[in-house]
Amino acid sequence: MRSYFSKLFTGAWSLIVGLKVTIKAMFSPIVTCQYPREKMEVTPNYRGHIDLVKFADTGTHKCISCGSCMRECPSDCIVVEGEKREGVKGKALTIFTLNFTKCSLCGACVEVCPTKALDYSDEYELAGFAREDFYYDLLKRVEERE
Amino acid sequence: MSMDIEVLEDAQHHRYVLNMGPQHPSTHGVLRVLLELEGEYAMNLLPVLGYGHRCHEKIAEFKPAKSFMPNTARMDYLGALIYNHGFAQLLERAAGIEVPERVEYIRVITSELNRIQSHLLWYGAYLLDLGAFTPIMYAFDDREHILDILEDVTGSRLTYCYFRVGGVSKDIDDKFVTSTRAFIKRLRSRFPMYEDLVNGNVILQNRLIDIGDLNPQTCSRYGITGPLLRGTGVAYDIRRAEPYSIYSQFDFEIPTETKGDCMASFMVRFRELEQSLRIIEQALDGLPEGPIMTPKVPKKLKIPAGDYNSSVEAPRGELSYYLVSDGSDVPYRLKVRTPSYSNLSVVPEMCQGMLISDVVSAMGALDLVIPEIDR
Amino acid sequence: MVVAAVCGAVIVFGNALVMGYAERKLAGHIMLRPGPMEVGPHGIYQLVVDGLKLMGKQLVVPKNADKPLFMLAPLLAFAPVFVPLLVLPFSDKIQGFDLDIGLLLILAFASINVLAILIGGWSSNNKYSLFGAIRSVAQNVAYEIPMLISLLAIIFMTNTFSLKGIAAAQSPVWFIVIQPLAFLIYIVAMVAETNRAPFDLPEAESELTAGFHTEYSGMSFSLFVLGEYANMFIVCSVATVFFLGGDSGIPLPYFEYSGIIWFLMKVYALMFFLVWIRWTYPRTRFDQLMNFCWKYLIPFSLVNLLITVVMVKLL
Repeated sequence: MRSYFSKLFTGAWSLIVGLKVTIKAMFSPIVTCQYPREKMEVTPNYRGHIDLVKFADTGTHKCISCGSCMRECPSDCIVVEGEKREGVKGKALTIFTLNFTKCSLCGACVEVCPTKALDYSDEYELAGFAREDFYYDLLKRVEERE
Repeated sequence: MSMDIEVLEDAQHHRYVLNMGPQHPSTHGVLRVLLELEGEYAMNLLPVLGYGHRCHEKIAEFKPAKSFMPNTARMDYLGALIYNHGFAQLLERAAGIEVPERVEYIRVITSELNRIQSHLLWYGAYLLDLGAFTPIMYAFDDREHILDILEDVTGSRLTYCYFRVGGVSKDIDDKFVTSTRAFIKRLRSRFPMYEDLVNGNVILQNRLIDIGDLNPQTCSRYGITGPLLRGTGVAYDIRRAEPYSIYSQFDFEIPTETKGDCMASFMVRFRELEQSLRIIEQALDGLPEGPIMTPKVPKKLKIPAGDYNSSVEAPRGELSYYLVSDGSDVPYRLKVRTPSYSNLSVVPEMCQGMLISDVVSAMGALDLVIPEIDR
Repeated sequence: MVVAAVCGAVIVFGNALVMGYAERKLAGHIMLRPGPMEVGPHGIYQLVVDGLKLMGKQLVVPKNADKPLFMLAPLLAFAPVFVPLLVLPFSDKIQGFDLDIGLLLILAFASINVLAILIGGWSSNNKYSLFGAIRSVAQNVAYEIPMLISLLAIIFMTNTFSLKGIAAAQSPVWFIVIQPLAFLIYIVAMVAETNRAPFDLPEAESELTAGFHTEYSGMSFSLFVLGEYANMFIVCSVATVFFLGGDSGIPLPYFEYSGIIWFLMKVYALMFFLVWIRWTYPRTRFDQLMNFCWKYLIPFSLVNLLITVVMVKLL
């Protein structure tokens, strides 16, 4: 008999305490960042897809087409090709494509590059209509970027 | 498992089969459970697996072992850093690599943050299954802070590939330390709110207390580890039983309960949040300076022939990697023993004769993540 | 009569618009998020657009479903809400009909909702819907008893079933002061009767994937929702009339019909309370719900009735 009433009162009190929490939250400011209208600041360390870095001193990339990134990639998404040109020491880069649909953003390519030619971009608003929208031609991208 | 689909088809006439299919709000992920119901009581349960099988263990057999690191994060996306840790530790033991001390501290801090994030998500999702729509939002609010901290360091928010064989890929800075300390303070101040809103609520207690009846013998028969085992009274935590990394230097408790019901594992996980905060605090206080990568880790990591094992404490239980190598850098066989697979296997025994609402409640308390069951 | 019917329709649809929007906004703010914000300033037109969308959807009938019953169920949930609105005393001068048995009419029509849910769940040819329907029948039938008994205590005090009479009999002090226990019991029974959380097992979203209205889409679904909101309005109005004095309050100057303003304020305060508890508590288990009714509510309401009868006889 006694437990009947004590259960009733402790139960009712726990319900009221819960209500107090919710009403306090109702009058607290919202924590949502309403996305398309307000955008959050993305940290510069964010890992977007990789891009060739345009160095200020040479005005172009520093890739030497060694192919280490292509070999290290666990998902086989990078294709690097270079050719020997006259007057240019080492190989000149001709093809550098990334198949971003397979990339798992592990960062192995960035870390293994001997000239630090690769780095993460900060693009996160990626939406497309075809798979081909995500086959990036990184050589073209670095030449077109200012 | 002694049941087959044939047995269910042959069921008695007043029973019927309900399919809690691969798409269901409360089976977290693509789990299918065939329930043989008599009225509303579940007499037989048959989990059907395989809807999320992605051949991870086979993938490990044709790539160099180091390249498997991103796959470890995809197996359990909520405990990705801990899976990374287990795998990095496996290869370091296999190749005989010693990591610098700062690396161990960073690994412990980020792993414990990951554990807190996983438990917060479990907490919110479990309450959503039970019908309370708001605690998930509060839990996710706290979880966002962790994700922001870890995004600043690792670059990803969920499937981290941050640890490497011999170290970590990027160093932590003062901003990490200050924001982590601020987060610890914030989460500690939120615990009373969670206790008021959720833990003490009479409706929740009636839903959780005395549902499920695990005992240590059942757990050892099925190989159940983690908070479920600790809810039956056995204080088995790999961080204490077989200490790895630098966990032996920290002072933390292992929360246990005795009853073995849903409420027991609920309270164990809730109290583990506080213990993880303690570990992070002690690690931040003792963080040494130093390099973040062992020098001279070969690019082509040849693993000497033999068998190697590494066990870590994942948020759901004991995670073990077993590597059989034949001397080259591509493993011969990699076996991953995930905790949710064993935890799920107790469902037919534990949930027999329960109402459907209790089945939902019990499966939520098991904290299953289906991708790690199917791998 | 025609005017009353038109007013009834306006109230039902207007209430659904206001309540739907208020519920989503309040739910949002409890969850620390803004709720609807896109359509119109702060999402005011959200419900209008939702209504248009639902009207435009295809009415899907499942393959082996019982089609006449399947189409009948939403109509049965929606049609009976108009009649109780005719007998509610919105103010001294605004009332459709003043029936002597006003309360009995309201309770009778509120029970048709159960039939609608049962028919909807059965005819869907879906095991989940059947669960929802069966649970709903048991729940509604069980919780009508404390609802009625707690209201009976008031009726013993005022000697009339007519709602206007009960509202008028609360002149010095509202009945909530005299009968707080009956008020609490009525509030709990009210939440269970309208199938709102924490008693929303018939449409338990995470266990049964939407329960009895799993298979309904488009206008059928919106008829169920309209019926639910109108049902909430009716039971809150009954609570206002019986316990909170109906339309009594400080009369506003220059406004002859000020009673209706007070009435609506009280009704919406109770509806706010319903929304508030929906978003705070988890769901009860079904047998715990029934146990709570049989073991706690009915004894307390019977004791309350007994005490009321004794006091009325003595005083």
